[in-house]
This record gives sequence, structure tokens and C-alpha cells, in this order.
Amino acid sequence: MSIEVKFFASLRERIGRSEHRLEAGDATTAAEVWRLATGAQDMPPNTLVAINMEYASADAPVKDGDEVAFFPPVTGGCR
Amino acid sequence: MSVELRESGFDPWQALLDYQQSRPALNGTSGASFGATSVFVGTMRDFNEGDTVSAMRLEHYPAMTRKHLEAICAEAAQRWDIVDSLIIHRYGDIRPHDPIVLVAVWSAHRAESFPACRYLIEELKSRAPFWKQETTDDSTRWVEHNTPG
Repeated sequence: MSIEVKFFASLRERIGRSEHRLEAGDATTAAEVWRLATGAQDMPPNTLVAINMEYASADAPVKDGDEVAFFPPVTGGCR
Repeated sequence: MSVELRESGFDPWQALLDYQQSRPALNGTSGASFGATSVFVGTMRDFNEGDTVSAMRLEHYPAMTRKHLEAICAEAAQRWDIVDSLIIHRYGDIRPHDPIVLVAVWSAHRAESFPACRYLIEELKSRAPFWKQETTDDSTRWVEHNTPG
């Protein structure tokens, strides 16, 4: 088992990939997932976090098998 | 209630008609319980923040987007007495004048359908994980915030 990490939109471009897999146990919070998956890059202040497709805070706990996603503010609907 | 995410273009009025005809609660085969239909269609403009926009790419997080759109529909059904609701949202490459989103709510009276329809589109815009990347004359840029309603 492991933690599946996803990046979207401008964060995907900034990090240079859309997915990353971490060994379980290496990270206990979403912020630690970010640090390990990005090589300790700074997290942009407006970054949103989702754990298993639910919005979460960066200090929320993660566990084996979780899917952790990082993305910028969402901009759906019309324009 | 129904949520559809589609990459190809669509005609929201035809989609509305097709959906209504496919549902017993809406096509007259099981009575006539609704008296109000509120519809919102969002279409791509050719300008944003003072610049001409020639194209747009809409990225999404498929499973999370679907999950949250379904949750928003369920919340609307709890808050208002509605017969049915429908959301269709595009992703991928979009051109000016293309419909991007269709939101429709059916209810007995407009007092339910109007606020429920508004709720669906506003919650969609603030919660569903979509991101717009637009092409202007000078550049390609990510849209960092929604326009006010």
C-alpha cells in the first residue's frame, strides 16, 4: 500500500508532474506528503488540499491507501 | 437527479429536452408534479479581465468533480422540495460561444426551483474542482479566481 499524490492545473505545471506515489508511513499529514512529493518546494499560500476527494487542511492526517491532491483555487462554471 | 461531465460540445436546450423526455417524473407518464423549471446555462465569453480570449481549456479532477456535483444536488434536494435536478458540465477544449454548463431544477413552484438552481451553480463554482486555462492574444494563463455572480 502507499499514498497516491495528485497535482492539478498550475500546480501540476509548477511541480512538473501530475502524479506521485509515496510509501506509506513516510508522511503523517498532507503537508508532509507535499514536502516529500515535491522535494520540499514551498507550497503556494492559496493551495487547496483534498484527501480521498474531500477538502482538508494541510495539517490533516493521512494514512495508508489515501489519495492526496493539491490544486489551486477552483474556477468552474461559466465565464 | 443527474450529473454528467462531457468532453464534447452539447446543445443545452436539446439536452434539457432529452432529459425531460427520459424521466417519468418529467415526461408526463407519472402525473404532472412539477409546475416550475428553472434553468441556468453558462456560455464561454470571448473576453476576461480586459483581454480578448480566443480559447479555453477546462481541467478537472474527474472522480472528485463528480462526487461533489452529486453532493451539491443532494444538498439542494434536502433544502428545497424539488422534483428533479440536472447538471451537465464540459471539460477539455472550449471555444467562445460554447455552452460550458447547464443547471436545471424542476419543482412544484418557482419558490423552490429558482433558489435551488442558484444554489447549484454557485456551489458548483466554489466547490467543484475545475480549473480554467485561457488563451489570449499574448499568452496562455490560468484563471485564478471566479468572476462575481
